[in-house]
Amino acid sequence: MEPINAIVALMNFVVIPATAYGAQLALGALGVTLVYGILRFSNFAHGDSMAFGAMATILFTWGLQALGISLGPIPTALLALPAGIIVTALFLLGTDRVVYRFYRRQKANPVILVIVSIGVMFIYNGVVRLIVGPGDQFFDDGARFIFTVRDFQAWTGLDEGFGLRTSQAITLITAVIVVAALFWFLNRTRTGKSMRAFSDNEDLALLSGINPERVVAVTWVIVAALATLAGVLYGLDKSFKPFTYFQLLLPIFAAAIVGGLGSPVGAIAGGFVIAFSEVTITYAWKRVLAYAMPDSLEPSNLVQLLSTDYKFAVSFMILVVVLLFRPTGLFKGKSV
Amino acid sequence: MNETLRNTLLFAGVAMMIVLTGVFQSWNSALVILNMGLVSAVMALGVNLQWGFAGLFNVGVMGFVALGGLATVLVSMPPVGEAWAAGGTRILAGLAIGAATITAAILAFGRMAPGRARVLVVLAILVIGFFVYRGVLDPGVEAVERTNAASTGYLGGLGLPVILSWPVGGLIAAGAAWIIGKTALGLRSDYLAIATLGIAEIVIAVLKNEDWLARGVKNVIGLPRPVPYEVDLQRSREFGDIVGGLGLDPVTASGLWVKANYGILFAIVLAIVFVLAQLALHSPWGRMMRAIRDNETAARAMGKDVTRRHLQVFVIGSAVCGLAGAMMTTLDGQLTPASYQPLRFTFLVWVMVIVGGSGSNLGAVLGGFLIWFLWVQVEPLGQLVMSALASPLPEGSALKAHLATSAAHIRLLTMGVVLLLVLRFSPRGLIPEK
Repeated sequence: MEPINAIVALMNFVVIPATAYGAQLALGALGVTLVYGILRFSNFAHGDSMAFGAMATILFTWGLQALGISLGPIPTALLALPAGIIVTALFLLGTDRVVYRFYRRQKANPVILVIVSIGVMFIYNGVVRLIVGPGDQFFDDGARFIFTVRDFQAWTGLDEGFGLRTSQAITLITAVIVVAALFWFLNRTRTGKSMRAFSDNEDLALLSGINPERVVAVTWVIVAALATLAGVLYGLDKSFKPFTYFQLLLPIFAAAIVGGLGSPVGAIAGGFVIAFSEVTITYAWKRVLAYAMPDSLEPSNLVQLLSTDYKFAVSFMILVVVLLFRPTGLFKGKSV
Repeated sequence: MNETLRNTLLFAGVAMMIVLTGVFQSWNSALVILNMGLVSAVMALGVNLQWGFAGLFNVGVMGFVALGGLATVLVSMPPVGEAWAAGGTRILAGLAIGAATITAAILAFGRMAPGRARVLVVLAILVIGFFVYRGVLDPGVEAVERTNAASTGYLGGLGLPVILSWPVGGLIAAGAAWIIGKTALGLRSDYLAIATLGIAEIVIAVLKNEDWLARGVKNVIGLPRPVPYEVDLQRSREFGDIVGGLGLDPVTASGLWVKANYGILFAIVLAIVFVLAQLALHSPWGRMMRAIRDNETAARAMGKDVTRRHLQVFVIGSAVCGLAGAMMTTLDGQLTPASYQPLRFTFLVWVMVIVGGSGSNLGAVLGGFLIWFLWVQVEPLGQLVMSALASPLPEGSALKAHLATSAAHIRLLTMGVVLLLVLRFSPRGLIPEK
C-alpha cells in the first residue's frame, strides 16, 4: 500500500484534467445559461459560437506568429484573445440584428427560437468550415508544461508523478478571473443589475425603464466573450476541430441543466459535476487502486467503468437523473 | 391560384428537376436522388407527426434512423455460428442481467417508502447489478469479437428476409423513443430536445464501439437485398433480350432496373405511411393532437392526458424514422456507423419539414424531395460558384486552392440560409397546414 503514490496518480490522471475540463464546460454553460435567462431560449448555436470564437482567435494567433510576436512560455493565443472576442461579439450582435430580433419583437414561442438557433448553427458551422476547413488546427505554442511528471518525480522521489500542462494552468487562472469579473458585473454594476432584473421579470424591468435592446446587446457581448474563451481554452487544452465543438453541446447543456438553467452559479457547479463524473467513470482505475489497496487485493483488470467512447453517455445519464428527480437543477433554475 | 393547382405545380416542379437531372447528368443519378428522396420523405413524415401534429421538438432523428439501420443487420445477416458458440449465450445472459438490474431498481424505488433507506437500496442494486452485468458480459464480448475478427467478429443476425427488418427497425426505434419520452416529456420543450440530442449521440457511440453487435466501425457490408443483383441480371438471357429489344446497354440497364425496383418498394412504403398519417391527421385523434399543440392548458382542462398523448405520438413518429432508417441501410447495402452525422440526419430532416410546411403531410413529402435534391445538387453548384469566384485570382494562389476545397461546406451554409429564410418569410412552409 502506497497511499501517497495513489493520491499523486489520482491528481495526474483525474483531478487536474477534470478540473481543467470542468472550467471549460463551466464557461460554455455560463454562455448557454445567460442566453436562456435573458433571451429565454436554449441556444443550439452555442457550440458553434465557441468554434467561431476559437477560429477568430486562431487566425489572429497565426497572424501574430507570422509577425514573430510571442509571449515566451505563454501561448500567443492569449494575446490574440481580445481581438477574437471583439470579432465574435460583432458576429453575434450581427446575427441578433438580422435573425433573432425579429422573433423577439414578435414574442415568438421559445421553441421557434430554438429552431431558428439551429438554422444559425448550420450557418456558423458552414462559415467556420469554409474559413479554416473541417480538420484539426494547431495553434498552441510556448512551453507545453509548467512542470512535467519527470520533474515531479525528481523533486519528490516518488514512483508516480503529476505534471501540469500550461494550457491547464491557464484554463484555471482565466476561468477564475472571468467568473469573478462576471459575478462582480452581474451583482455590482448598474448594467449587470438591470440584466438580472430583466431575467427575473421582464415586464417589471420594462416598467422601471430598462432598455431591453441594451440588455440584449450587452448579453450577446458577454456571451461572445465567454464562448470565445471557452472555445480557445478547450482548443489549447485538446485541439481545435469544428465538429468537436458541436459535440460539446451535450455536456454543456447537461452542465447548464444540472446546475439549473438561468442560474450562473449553477452553470459553474454543473460544469464541474459533469466533468468530474465523465473523467472518473471513463478512467481506468487499475493504477490508482494498485497503490491504494493491499497487494493481495490488487485488481487484475483495468477497472474502467465505461470506455472513453461513451463519455457522452455519462453527461446524458446525469442529465436524465436530474430531469427525473430535480428538473429545476441543483440551484433552482427558472425552468419547469 | 387555387390550392390543388398550386400543390400540383410544386410537385411537378420537383419532378421536373429530377427529370432534368436525368436528361443532363444521368438517369442513374436521377434515380439515386429519387430513391433517397423517397426515404427522406418517410423520415420527414415521421418528424412531422411529432412536430407538426404535436409540437414535440425531437433533435435525435439520427439516433432513430441509425437504430433502423441496426435492425437490418440484426434481421437479415446470417447468424455467425462460431461466435454464438463462443459467447452468444453469455452476452444474452449479461444483457438480461442488465435489464433485470434496472427493473429491480425501478421496482424498489416504486415500492419502498421515500427516505435514506430507499436511496441506499436503489444505489446498492444499481452498483452490484452493474458489476455482475460487466462480469458476465465482458468475457462473452471478448470471445465473440476474437472469433474471426477480420471477417465477422460479431454475432450476426437472424438470416431472415431483409424486408422484415423495416418494421423491426420501426419497433426498435419505438422502444428507444418510449424510454426517452418517459423521462423527458412533460417537462419543458427544450428538455426533450436536449435529451433526444443525447440519445442520438449514444446510439451512434454504441454502434461504433460494440463490435459484437454490428462490427462497429469495421462496418457490416453485403447486406442481403430485396431486389435482384445487377450481375445476375446481366447474366440472365431473358433480361438481355428485353433490354436488347429496347436498344439499351445491359450494364447500364441492369443498374437502372435495380434502382427502379428499390424506388417502387420505397414508393409503396411512402404511400402507406402517407395515407395512415393523413387518416390520423383528419381523425378525432389528430384533432385532439392539434388541440393539445395549440393550447395545452385548455386541452388538459378538457380532461386530455397531455403527457400520455405526447408519449404516444413521439413513439409513433420515432418508429417512422426507424422504418426510414432501415430502408436507407437496405438501399446502401451496408451499415457504416461513422457515416451518421447529426447535421445530415437530424437537422436536414428538420429543414425538410419546416420548408415543406409543418403540420402538413403533403408538405413533409414535398420538403423531403426538394431539400434532398438541393442537398445533392448544391455541391456541384457550389463548386461552380466557387470556381467562378476564384477565376480572377492568379493560378496556384493559396486563396484559390482554399476556395476550391471549401466548396463542399457550402451545403451547410445553404441549408441554414434556406431554413432561416423560410422561417422568417414563410413560416408556414410551401404547403401550409389547413
